[in-house]
Amino acid sequence: MKEFDYRKAPDVSGAVALLDADPDARYLAGGTNLVDLMKSGVERPARLVDVRQLPLDRIESTPDGGLRIGATVTNSDLAAHPGIRGRYPVLTQAVLAGASGQLRNMATVGGNLLQRTRCAYFTDTTKPCNKRDPGSGCPALGGEHHNHAILGASESCVAVHPSDMAVALAALDAVVHYETADGRGELPLDQLYPPVAGTPDRETALPAGALITGVSLPPLPVAARSRYRKVRERASYAFAIGSVAAALDIRDGIVRDARLAFGAVASRPWRARTAEQALIGAPATAETYAAAAEAELEAARPLPHNGYKVPLMRNLTVAVLSELDEEAAR
Amino acid sequence: MTTTAQKTAVRAVGTAHVRVEGRDKVTGAARYAGDVPFTGLGYGWLVLSTVARGRIRDIASAPVLEMPGVLAVLDHRGAPRLNTDYAGLMGIRPDPTCAVFQNDTVPHLGWPVALVVAETPEQAREAAEALVVDYEVLPHDIEFHGDHPDSYPADGHMPGVTDKGDLEAELAASAAVVDEEYTTPEEHHHPMEPHAATARWEDGRLEVVDSNQGATWVVGELANLFSLDPASVRVRSEHVGGGFGSKGVRAHQVAAVMAATILDRPVRVALTRPQMFALAGHRSPTVQRVRLGADADGRLRALDHRSVSRTGTIYEFVESSAGVARTMYDADAHHTENRVVRLDVPSPTFMRAPGEAPGSFALETALDELAEKCGIDPIELRLRNEPDKGPVSGLPFAGRNLRACFEEGAGRFGWGRRDPRPRVRRDGRWLLGTGTAAASFQAGAAPSTAAITAEADGRFTVRISAADIGTGARTALTLVAADALDAAPDQVTVRIGDSDFGPAMIAGGSMGTRSWSLAITAAATTLREHLVPGTVIPAEGITVRSDTTAQIAALTNMERHSYGAQFAEVAVDPATGEVRVRRMLGVFAAGRIVNPLTARGQFTGGMIWGISMALHEEAVRDPAFGGPVGADLANYHVATHADVPRVEADWVDDTDPDDPVGIKGIGEVGIVGAAAAVANAVWHATGVRQRHLPIRPDRVLTAAGDDA
Repeated sequence: MKEFDYRKAPDVSGAVALLDADPDARYLAGGTNLVDLMKSGVERPARLVDVRQLPLDRIESTPDGGLRIGATVTNSDLAAHPGIRGRYPVLTQAVLAGASGQLRNMATVGGNLLQRTRCAYFTDTTKPCNKRDPGSGCPALGGEHHNHAILGASESCVAVHPSDMAVALAALDAVVHYETADGRGELPLDQLYPPVAGTPDRETALPAGALITGVSLPPLPVAARSRYRKVRERASYAFAIGSVAAALDIRDGIVRDARLAFGAVASRPWRARTAEQALIGAPATAETYAAAAEAELEAARPLPHNGYKVPLMRNLTVAVLSELDEEAAR
Repeated sequence: MTTTAQKTAVRAVGTAHVRVEGRDKVTGAARYAGDVPFTGLGYGWLVLSTVARGRIRDIASAPVLEMPGVLAVLDHRGAPRLNTDYAGLMGIRPDPTCAVFQNDTVPHLGWPVALVVAETPEQAREAAEALVVDYEVLPHDIEFHGDHPDSYPADGHMPGVTDKGDLEAELAASAAVVDEEYTTPEEHHHPMEPHAATARWEDGRLEVVDSNQGATWVVGELANLFSLDPASVRVRSEHVGGGFGSKGVRAHQVAAVMAATILDRPVRVALTRPQMFALAGHRSPTVQRVRLGADADGRLRALDHRSVSRTGTIYEFVESSAGVARTMYDADAHHTENRVVRLDVPSPTFMRAPGEAPGSFALETALDELAEKCGIDPIELRLRNEPDKGPVSGLPFAGRNLRACFEEGAGRFGWGRRDPRPRVRRDGRWLLGTGTAAASFQAGAAPSTAAITAEADGRFTVRISAADIGTGARTALTLVAADALDAAPDQVTVRIGDSDFGPAMIAGGSMGTRSWSLAITAAATTLREHLVPGTVIPAEGITVRSDTTAQIAALTNMERHSYGAQFAEVAVDPATGEVRVRRMLGVFAAGRIVNPLTARGQFTGGMIWGISMALHEEAVRDPAFGGPVGADLANYHVATHADVPRVEADWVDDTDPDDPVGIKGIGEVGIVGAAAAVANAVWHATGVRQRHLPIRPDRVLTAAGDDA
């Protein structure tokens, strides 16, 4: 294995200084993805800056009535937090749908947002991959792609983002906070992941050297009735082949407010804004839900072996919205 | 001591015993092949080809030899020459994949092209990954189809083709006909413990500490390959973390012996999980066509089962899926045929229930389809077709207790209350269904030797070159020996996994425990004849040896099998295609059950693998590159705990008075029919047949249509 330098950061600004925006350096938090990638040779960092011990492990109320989640809060602690479970149940459900108990005890919120695709061509260094080796090509297009993107992909890359948590955060209008040597900044989660276009290697809009310090959730009453459902090829310990995060506010049989995001369909968590527009103000019926899902999926461009994701996402959306509808009626 | 007349002890066989080495295993005291320390150990790392077919033009070893800790780079230009012109165990010729570094030909992706040896495993890996191999790339073909023009009938471990009667005439005269194609994908063994071997020369003998399914088997292969006297080779394999057919002689042992010979120091070579996809063997994909024709009452007039499997270009292995019907079901016209097609892929090999696992999926699903067409209960259909002699061999059955398995299982599972109509049960978003299938696996035995020593302190030591690959064989043999010696189990120490104990059957073919028990029982019988009351046992003890070659040759030639009835209940969400098994029951007739505790584990383990086979397992090869996409356990899905519901296994009495030990194999029958039971339950839930494994959500979704 390649030898590397390991530093433990004393504080946030110290971590940013240690990394020094060096493209050969990486922040290390839970390590549940980075260490695997180092073993497979996809990542060969010269320096690791350990940020796990930074004081970013709290979940606190914000003045506007929302919550701010520190970047090193573990997935387990996030899922178990009473404020999250009570006010943003979709987030707890999404986190618990991912990985295993052992991994969730290690994995952090910041790291979860930055995990890399599990596309098997990306993780195999003997294969071409535009994301890993820009310009080398995308073998998934003509190869094995049954779990690849149907939305927002390009000729360069059809990989999907693996996170469950980020799908819920996309639905919840979360904002990502970061710090660089130049100071603090923030990005709506929806803008954290740029479109693939011809640059699949550019996975986030974060400035060079930025350290994610936290994620804030706005006060979002609609999220009190929210749900995450994940479909995968076994009952546990697998990445989604399709997932839906949804929040629904129904009064007098009319959808007053809605949040909807899809997972495992694109290079990023897919906020389904077209569907949301179709839902809001419409009668709360299965027909409305189906029409909304279909409106969103009109943009789908399936590959030869992942066309099933279109009916899957449609059915899953209708099912989750109907469940929320029934929950509201109880 | 002086022996006295012993009173008959409580019989140990048939009572539950925890594993004699269980404490060592759970505390970590048990050392597996990759754990055993050696002074001066060098670490070898195999370099595998990155092209699917071609020739090695050059291997740039010079820069790698300069890297830290690197001791040697072995490749075809300097490696010792091997002898591959021999027939090994059961007449099987060596797989050229094991005969590493003999020429510049690359017949598949992942072919071993070099071994880098270094002082640490990290150095070896870094150097191996830095080694530049220049290939002349040749076109390759890995695309497997059932109608591939190059397929041909092949024998493997049974005749390729059996044929009687006029198929077309009987099909034409049948009231009900099923004619369908079934497919199973490439599957991999992936035992928990990856393959690992350490080789060293010690006082003129080659010693290999290894993880395998038969120490004397590995000795025989290594002695042949390296042209050594078998007596000068010793293989030890004390604990083995699973094998499932994958742990014979493979590239890593041979490479380790080469390196230890050249460097004159101990060398260890372990396979990584991704390397196992290429080098540990696998189960070939199959395309199977089954044609059944029956009278209105379900009696079979025609049975035609044809299977095509895939093998490598350099080695013929036949996944003999069409063999199942040769002992299970008779018909007036009966045709079975195994074909293979040679493609540029690694060699497949025996994998748990070779032939029977994929073959029973096709045949037992087809029978369920026939039951549907005839309007007959699937169990009743099978019972109406119980043969009274071997359908192909004509030999009598040495006990055929399939009926008892079905009757016991049906009662316990609640089969009698089953509504045969599909798609009429719902639990929220889930459609519910139940299914059943029959299982069988041959119960053979092979010659073995054993030694038992009556120790001066009154204890007994059994030495036999058996292998405990996680089955509980060591414990089972302790119980068998205790009863045969009329002693308590804690008076008996069974030592296994050492080729110096003499030739013995491997842990394979569901033949291990039966074969070893015959040898131990024979030795114990002789020993007890020596130990008449008053015998003085000297300090070195009294040792007797047995060899069952003659005894096994004298066994009556009969159809001898284990049987089982598999039952499954599933839930299917037609909106998402998710399938969940809710419960499974397997009832088996498998001879005398030696240790109910570990036997239950083997049965349920097989059934769980059947769930995995039905719903999850599949290696997908990329035709452009020739290798599996995602060669790791994140991409190759096996069932998780959450996929495994209440799985119950039990057995019915199955005695064979003519057999000296009455033991049949139980290692493989548990997986047979399990996937078909799940698939048949999916049909009962949804009304849609699933003829292609695994039953993935996209397949269910596509088949069910758009009906949330």
